[in-house]
Amino acid sequence: MSDRVTFMLDGHRIEAYRSQTIMDAAIEAGVYIPRLCHVPGLDPWGSCRVCTVKVNGRPCAACIQPAMDGATVENDTDELNAWRRELVEMLFVGGNHFCMSCEKSGNCELQAMAYRLGVTAPTHPYLAPERDVDASHPDIMLDHNRCILCARCVRTSRDLDGKQVFGFVYRGAERRIAVDPGVRLKDSEADVTDRALDACPVGALLRKRQGFQVPVGGRAYDHEPIGATDGEAEGAPDGASDGESLEPAASAGREAS
Amino acid sequence: MTAATEVDRLVATHGSEPPALMDIARDIQAAEGCVSPERQRQIAERLDMRIAEVRAFVGFYSFLTEEPQGSIVIRLCDDVVDRMKGFDRVRDAFEEALGVSVGETTPDGAITLTTTPCIGLSDQAPAALIGDVPVPFLSSDRARDIVSSLRVHADPTRLVTRMGDGKNRHPLVRSMVRNNLERPGTFIFGPEYRGEAIRKALSMTPFEVIRTIKTARLRGRGGAGFPTGMKWEFTRVARGARKFIVCNADEGEPGTFKDRVILTELPDRVIAGMTVAGYALGAREGLFYLRGEYAYLRPYLEDVLERRRADGLLGRDILGKRGFDFDVEIRMGAGSYLCGEETALLNSCEGRPGDARDRPPFPAESGYLGFPTSVNNVETLCCVAKILEHGAATFAELGLQQSTGTKVLSVSGDCTRPGIYEVPFGTTLEAVLEMSGGEGAGAVLVGGPSGTWVNPEGFGRRIAFEDLATGGAIVVFGPDRDLLVALEGYADFFAEESCGYCTPCRVGTQLIQRYLQRFREGRADQGDLDGLLRVARTLKTTSRCGLGQTAGNPVLTTLQSFSQVLEAGLPAVGTRRAAFDLEASVAGARALRGGDHV
Repeated sequence: MSDRVTFMLDGHRIEAYRSQTIMDAAIEAGVYIPRLCHVPGLDPWGSCRVCTVKVNGRPCAACIQPAMDGATVENDTDELNAWRRELVEMLFVGGNHFCMSCEKSGNCELQAMAYRLGVTAPTHPYLAPERDVDASHPDIMLDHNRCILCARCVRTSRDLDGKQVFGFVYRGAERRIAVDPGVRLKDSEADVTDRALDACPVGALLRKRQGFQVPVGGRAYDHEPIGATDGEAEGAPDGASDGESLEPAASAGREAS
Repeated sequence: MTAATEVDRLVATHGSEPPALMDIARDIQAAEGCVSPERQRQIAERLDMRIAEVRAFVGFYSFLTEEPQGSIVIRLCDDVVDRMKGFDRVRDAFEEALGVSVGETTPDGAITLTTTPCIGLSDQAPAALIGDVPVPFLSSDRARDIVSSLRVHADPTRLVTRMGDGKNRHPLVRSMVRNNLERPGTFIFGPEYRGEAIRKALSMTPFEVIRTIKTARLRGRGGAGFPTGMKWEFTRVARGARKFIVCNADEGEPGTFKDRVILTELPDRVIAGMTVAGYALGAREGLFYLRGEYAYLRPYLEDVLERRRADGLLGRDILGKRGFDFDVEIRMGAGSYLCGEETALLNSCEGRPGDARDRPPFPAESGYLGFPTSVNNVETLCCVAKILEHGAATFAELGLQQSTGTKVLSVSGDCTRPGIYEVPFGTTLEAVLEMSGGEGAGAVLVGGPSGTWVNPEGFGRRIAFEDLATGGAIVVFGPDRDLLVALEGYADFFAEESCGYCTPCRVGTQLIQRYLQRFREGRADQGDLDGLLRVARTLKTTSRCGLGQTAGNPVLTTLQSFSQVLEAGLPAVGTRRAAFDLEASVAGARALRGGDHV
């Protein structure tokens, strides 16, 4: 049994190691599969479902699905991008995201994903949940309103910071980030230098007194859509970096709030 | 600070590894009315876990709480069937007699009143769990009597006035629950031949046993219908220093109660099936995962295991076969529908929140504690024992090509003879309705809310994997029932039971609730119908596990079979309605201002 497998991703041949996920193989090949909870270097988590692709016609999350030899994988199709729009919309209406006043605006992956996919305004009702803000820590703020429960802080704290500051508690609509031990961030080992803070894709974990330091025009997604740099990697198929649905950067934050 | 000696005692009894967490937490909850942050800290220390992990565990299961509950907890079952049978009146009576609302505890700290999803008593609804005691056939009078009795003796077990039938009268059960075994079939409910199934298995090689199950074409009875022989073969050939057989006795699909009756009347048959599986798969350890709602059966089941050990049917060198060792340990659930999903069940057994795992790897490869594991339903294991007793051919003669054998159905709702019916696969819905006195039904929900709504034109359809696949729940709705009310009830259920791990299920189940509310209030327009459909389809396509993938089914199959339920009353295409009531929405702000002007 060879340790290499080959599969077709939107018509392009992709090579992968056996047991490598479709996501990791695509990243290596320079093909962008939209994602929020997955970050190369962290264990796959599979919660946001934005990376849903179709493998031989069956939907599954690319970040947890091992590459199969000979499989046909669909990624950048109208159908899949429509599902992704639904999921991104759900993340917006399921929390309380006010882009216009958020320090993360312009650097926020959720906002950038909404622009990339062409989500202008949510079509579903806002759930407007009541959520807490934990500002107990002198240097860090944890705002559950903006959290998308992607577990990037949980995994980064555990695997890169070696601390296990974060976990989850409760289920369903009540599910939220928990801190160990106890309930308040100030009682934890969290430190302003933790890499877990940088792992947050949204404005849920923020360093205090550092907001709005980068002017509009210099922020991560002001000029290029999220995923653009993946697409520019060598050998990327055409179209992987297209962002035709994007609005001008200056309007960032106006719509998807 | 509470003395840690109690935790030490529980650790000595249940073990010092994370899998002991459920028993420890349940015992503390029962004794102290909660698992307090201080207790969580002590448990975490003893089990070498993070406090956040213990907190996540306690926060996940609805029978465990951080906040103190009363010494007695009354859990009213608020399933759709209970709502049809007078739940509102019973709840009002309890609230009035106790002087508290649902979700509250009496000021003296004696009694907490709360609600819970289906407790497996749909054929004797409305029902409740009081402590661990199931109380069927509630009425408002009975509710008032119960409260006065509890005020006198504070002992739920003394509420048992008239015991049910069959083994519900067993001294270790002593329950008011009735079996309502309306139609015991000749197969599953056929005569008992104690030890025979294992004896037959031991006369074959393990591979021959697996081949027998394959020849019988047995498929899983929990609902998904995966071929049992194939699951066993995967587990058999997987490499692992240990292997496990898990019996899934966590039936939680609303409207299902057949496993309760099987466990009450045929527990030996289930354990025999596990033992046969142990032999076939080379597993020496079995776990029996019993849903928290059926805790009242635990002493009885422990006794069944004890007697089998005494008779050489469990333990070392079973039936004298040198080297064939197998034993079974009971593990408890604590109020989570999702734990009926096999990977969530395994997480729960390991002392973790019961959310589903990603697959692959499948449990056959990496299950309990990472070892190859076969998780099988109670009824499936019963079938295994009977197939060994009577032969694969006898079994395969019953039913249809892709659905061999019989199916045990739980029938409830608007029918005159609700209860248990064992029928050959292929039986039509019409025949089931006739047997159970449900003729003239307006709608039937087959397979519970994650299944299919069938309208009268579809009553000729058959119970089979080829047609209407079901774990066994058949809920009958009379012609005058408002299905929108039922739809809302099931939407509440899925939102309550979602683990919240993945986006579509966490948010989508809440959105379905929100949309259905608009329909009920007459505020929905075509845009809401479109939004509701998109959410239901997104759930089906993108969710991580079976709960989310089926949570949109009530809406989707309603639109197929009863589109008028949602479409009637919608304004013409292009007409928009206000999605909310402006007056009601600003009422709070207006009250704060103390004036009428806006």
